[in-house]
Amino acid sequence: MVIFRDLLRFSPSFRIGVILLSLALIMAALSFVSPYAPDDRRAVPRNRPPSQEYLLGTTSTGQDVFWMLTFAVRNTLVIAGVAVVIGRGIGVLLGMTAGYLGGWFDRTVSTFVDSFIVIPRLPLVILLASILRGQLSMLGLAVLIGLLDWAYPSKRYRAQALSLREREFTHTGVFSGMSTFKIVTREHLPFLIPFLLADVVSGFLFAIGFEVTLSVLGLTDLTAQTIGTMLYWGNYYQALLSNRTWMLIPPVVATIVVVVGFYLISIGLSVYLDPRTRLARLRVKG
Amino acid sequence: MTLLKTYIIPRILQWALVIFIGVTLTFLIPRLSPINPVEQAVSRLTAFQTLSPEATIALRESLEDLYGLKGSLFDQYIAFWKRVLSGDLGPSFSSFPMSVNAMIANGIWWSIGLLGTAVVLSWVLGIFLGTLAGYFPNRLWTRVMESIVIVVYPVPYFIIAFTLLMLFAYYLPIFPLVGGASGTPSFSLGYFGSILRHSFLPAISVIIGATAFRFLMAKALTTSERTSDYVTYAEIAALPKRKILGVFIIRNTMLPQVTDLALSLGAIFEGALITEIVFSYPGIGSTLYNGIISADYNLIMGITLLSIIGVATASLLVDLTYPLFDPRVRLR
Repeated sequence: MVIFRDLLRFSPSFRIGVILLSLALIMAALSFVSPYAPDDRRAVPRNRPPSQEYLLGTTSTGQDVFWMLTFAVRNTLVIAGVAVVIGRGIGVLLGMTAGYLGGWFDRTVSTFVDSFIVIPRLPLVILLASILRGQLSMLGLAVLIGLLDWAYPSKRYRAQALSLREREFTHTGVFSGMSTFKIVTREHLPFLIPFLLADVVSGFLFAIGFEVTLSVLGLTDLTAQTIGTMLYWGNYYQALLSNRTWMLIPPVVATIVVVVGFYLISIGLSVYLDPRTRLARLRVKG
Repeated sequence: MTLLKTYIIPRILQWALVIFIGVTLTFLIPRLSPINPVEQAVSRLTAFQTLSPEATIALRESLEDLYGLKGSLFDQYIAFWKRVLSGDLGPSFSSFPMSVNAMIANGIWWSIGLLGTAVVLSWVLGIFLGTLAGYFPNRLWTRVMESIVIVVYPVPYFIIAFTLLMLFAYYLPIFPLVGGASGTPSFSLGYFGSILRHSFLPAISVIIGATAFRFLMAKALTTSERTSDYVTYAEIAALPKRKILGVFIIRNTMLPQVTDLALSLGAIFEGALITEIVFSYPGIGSTLYNGIISADYNLIMGITLLSIIGVATASLLVDLTYPLFDPRVRLR
């Protein structure tokens, strides 16, 4: 809590990030009190511009854009969250074991990881999603994104594990008979938490970007409300050509608010956790 | 000789491994999915017309042959590799009997032009601006530029492209909404002008996305380099700042940038695909999008294979230039 207060007080980027992300969370929370069901079409008159009654206007299928957006933000965050947990899970496990064990296992894993990073993932996902057309549920999408985003993180965790392995307390652990699993999870993992935090943010950015892209291409479950499907349906009913941009601007703005919010928080955190800038701060105080 | 052994050969082996993994994944994904593409195609073909049972069976067999779905999984795998190695991607499904090769050939030069320009410009621009910003961290323009980059960097490619499209083709109609060029292809000034005008927005949107990352990386590298002893010494020796930056700092921060360029080509390529779709630019991104809409599974697979091989090869080429920049690799 003290850290949080300090961050709010000293880091402007963290402050703005928290504000932006809170806005997004409030939007997501509002979906629970929405007067309309998420897939309730023709609940309101169609194609109305923003007014007092319909804050952000209505869509071509007769849905209120504002309430639709609340569901979209919630679903997109949930998809990204699940993807992040899966991707980081694989990345941490693989990177830490490879870094800790070393030897041929490390070499094999590293070569594989390096190869995986180079392969462009989007065409592969498009291939998979176009075969699963329409049958890719929200959860399926989240798992798919998670399975794609572990290579870069695992590289970073491996580098960390390599340096931790040479520390004295690791040897102490080994000599006092701790098991490898215990050393890695109890002794090394706490050191990785700062990296994990920054990494979770980049995972969120990747997952949100992928969700939006795949949905706009029409490859996900188009009946679910996400930021990407909102854009898809907006384009589908030619909102741009028929001067109905109020259906397109809210999802675009929502994406920018969410990703910039996440990114600013990660900048604030990494500046705070960086030992060099911490020294600079101490010197200023002393 | 040692360079060949310690650097070039391992790198080429890595390239072969990337292609092997990529091609294997492309082979496995459709086969592990619960949906049979042949059944899907048959049901699509028989939805609007009635076929006799014999004709349906014949159709199914020829489709299985076409998709390489005959025999055991291993036989299929060997046949798949044979097709990939001979460069034959089969016929397109939506615009039969045109081959996938021909459809890709139509779009590939547009894509390479767009992508090549974007990669080179964003790399140079990002390093140049990022290094300046890292060396002069307290100037006003540094702060302005940094805040812009921080907002732009995390935004997905699609949103950048779409926002630019809305701003400059819809609200302020300076640039055309769709297409790659207007008029008949010729070597005239007017035709080249229209190519430039059409490709400006797509190129800018890829460049913005790719430059933001390069900028942040260059700035971080320069910031840590700036505090090192040799820079302090050069400053005390009152060398001109231009020389410190251009001769010492950029050369030292260049190495990780070359390695990283090879790693990030895939991401920039994905960005270009999306950009082409948003702007209906006639490259392979748009071809891919048509493939998605018409469920042309063969076309999508062809583009997937091509992009894996293309990106892997491009990143191999970038890595092979690395010894030119780093004498330590060259003289080991």
